[in-house]
Amino acid sequence: MSTEALSRNAASGVSGLSSRRPRRRFSLLTGRDRVILGAMVAIPTLIQLVLVWIPTVLSVLLSFVRWNGLAFSDIRPAGLANYSFIFKIYPPFWPALQHNLLWLAFLALIATPIGLLLAILLDQNIRGSRIYQSIFFTPVMLSLVLIGVIWQLFYSQNNGLLNFLLGTSGTPRAVDWFGNPSVNIWAALIAATWRHSGYVMILYLAGLKGVDPSLREAASLDGANAVQIFFRVVFPVMRPINIVIVVITIIESLRAFDVVYIINRGTNGLELISALVIQNLVGEGQVIGVGSALAVVLLVISLVPIVIYLSRTFKKES
Amino acid sequence: MSALMTFKPKRAFGGAGGPRKTPRPRYGTHLFLIVMSIVWLIPLAWALFTALRPKADTDKYGYFSLGGAFNFNNFVTAWNQGGFATYFVNSVIITIPTVILTLLFASMMAFAVSRFTWKFNVTLLIMFTAGNLLPPQVLATPLFEMFKHFNLPYSVSDSGNLLNTYTAVIAVDTAFQIGFCTFVLSNYMKALPQDLTEAAFVDGAGVWRQYWGIIMPLTRPAFAALGTLELIWIYNDFFWPLLFIQSGNRLPVTTAIKNLQGVFLSNYNLLAAGAMITVIPTLIIYLVLQKQFVSGLTLGATKG
Repeated sequence: MSTEALSRNAASGVSGLSSRRPRRRFSLLTGRDRVILGAMVAIPTLIQLVLVWIPTVLSVLLSFVRWNGLAFSDIRPAGLANYSFIFKIYPPFWPALQHNLLWLAFLALIATPIGLLLAILLDQNIRGSRIYQSIFFTPVMLSLVLIGVIWQLFYSQNNGLLNFLLGTSGTPRAVDWFGNPSVNIWAALIAATWRHSGYVMILYLAGLKGVDPSLREAASLDGANAVQIFFRVVFPVMRPINIVIVVITIIESLRAFDVVYIINRGTNGLELISALVIQNLVGEGQVIGVGSALAVVLLVISLVPIVIYLSRTFKKES
Repeated sequence: MSALMTFKPKRAFGGAGGPRKTPRPRYGTHLFLIVMSIVWLIPLAWALFTALRPKADTDKYGYFSLGGAFNFNNFVTAWNQGGFATYFVNSVIITIPTVILTLLFASMMAFAVSRFTWKFNVTLLIMFTAGNLLPPQVLATPLFEMFKHFNLPYSVSDSGNLLNTYTAVIAVDTAFQIGFCTFVLSNYMKALPQDLTEAAFVDGAGVWRQYWGIIMPLTRPAFAALGTLELIWIYNDFFWPLLFIQSGNRLPVTTAIKNLQGVFLSNYNLLAAGAMITVIPTLIIYLVLQKQFVSGLTLGATKG
C-alpha cells in the first residue's frame, strides 16, 4: 500500500477506479486548449519558482558574500569566510546543531513510539476509542506557539502546576523549567512530544486500518502471539507509512522553531539552527552572509530526508 | 506492554475450526489510556483553570487552590486589553485568501499533471512536493531581502516596499502550501476514471470545461479535507507574519501571542485567558469539521 493508495482510501473510496487507458497527450490538444493548459501550469510554477526555489538558490549564493542587507552595491565576495566563521568561531552553532540532533532523537525514540503505541491500542475496537483519539489529537490542531504558552503556564517557576505538584513551588529549589539552560531543552521537547505523538497516532491509525485483516488471522492461526503478529507481520506491511513517519519526524526536528522562539527566541540553552538564521537576519548588524550560511547547513541536512522520500514516492512514475 | 498482550483479531474467524473467544474486557488497556488521557489533558486543563479565576483570588489563595470565584472576566479583559478584535480580523484577512488561492492554483496544477501527459509533469510534481518539505527558515533571508528591495509607492504600502504588507504573507504562505496541495490533489485526480474527461472531450468540451465542470466537482471531498487542514495551518502559522510584518497592529492572532506575552507578563490569568481565546477558532473548526481535518491529515501524510 503506497501513500498514494492511502490517500485515496482515506479520502473517498474511489481507489481501484484508476483507469488503464493512457492519459491524453498534450500534443493532441487544440491551440486554445494548449494556451489554457499552459497558463494552468505556468502560474503555479512561476509562484513556486519565484517564492520558493529562487530564494533557495539565493540563500546559497548569499552564503558566499559579506553584506549588511542595505544597498546591493555593498555586497562583497567572502569566499568560505562565513562557513569558517560559523564552524570555528560562532559560539551558538555547535550547541544548536546538538540541540537539533537531540530534538530528532527525542521525537524518534520517545514521541513517535508513544504515538505508535496509542495507535495500536486504539485500533482494537475498544470502547470509547473515539474519545481517546480526540483527546490525544487535540494538541495537533494547536499552533506550536500556543503550545509554548500553555506549557509556560504549566512550567512557570512560582505559579506553574508542575512545581506545585513537585512541592517545590515558592521554595529556592523551584526549577525555572523554561529559563534554566540545563533543563529547558528537555522541557521544550516534552511540549513538542505532546503534539508530535498525536500526529503520529493519527497517521498510524490510518495505516493500521489499511492492513489486510487476513494477514493477522493467518499469523494467528499459525500460532503467533500478539507481539509477534505486530512486529513480524503488521509493522513490516506498514512500510510505506513508516517511511512517511520517519521523514516527518526528521523534517519536524529540522523545522523546530516556534516553541523555542516564543520561550526565549532560541537563546540560553534553546539554540536551534532555524532560530540562529532568524537571529542573524533581524538582529543587530544584519549579518546576511552568516545567516545564509546557517540556512545552507539547514538546507543540506534537510535534503537528505527529502531526496530519500521523493525517490521512493516517484520511483514508479518516472 | 500488558495492554499489547490483550490484542486479539478484530474479526471473527470465518468457518468452522476457529476457536470462538468471548471478548475479554481490556482493563489494562483502559487503565493505561485513561492515565495517558489525563496526562495529555493536564496542560490544557491547567491553562483553562487559571484563565477562569480572577487574579485577586489566585493571589489570595494561590494558583494551586480551589478558593475564590470562577468566571469569564479574564476573557473579557484579555479580549479588550489584548486587542484581539484587530488580530482576529488580521487573521481572517490573511487566512481566507491564502486558502482559496492555494486550492485554486494547486487544483490547476494537479489537473494538468494528472490528466495529461507531457514531458516535464513528473519533474514539476517532484519540484512542487520538495518545495513544501523545506524548512521555511532556508528561504527566510532571501525572501526578506527580496521584499525589502521591492519598491512600491507609499500610497500602496506605507513601508515603501513589500514588507509589512498582508500581500507578502499571503503570497509566501500560498507558495509554500501549493506544493503539498498539488501533490495530494494530483493523486486524487489520477484516481478519477479517464473515461470521464475522455467522453467530454469527444463531445467537444475544452480543457477549462473538463477542469471546472467535471474534475473539480468530483474532487470536492479532497477539497473539504484540504481546505479544513489549510485553514487551521494558515491560522496557526507563526513564522511568516513574524518575519514580514513589523507593525504590531497588523499581526494575525497566532503571531500576536508573542506580544501578548509581554503585555500580560505579570498576570498569568490574563495570559491563560488570551491563550484560550486563540484556541477557540481552531476548536470550532475542529469540532464542526473533525472528519475532514483528520482525513486531510492522513491524505497529507507527506506534510512535515
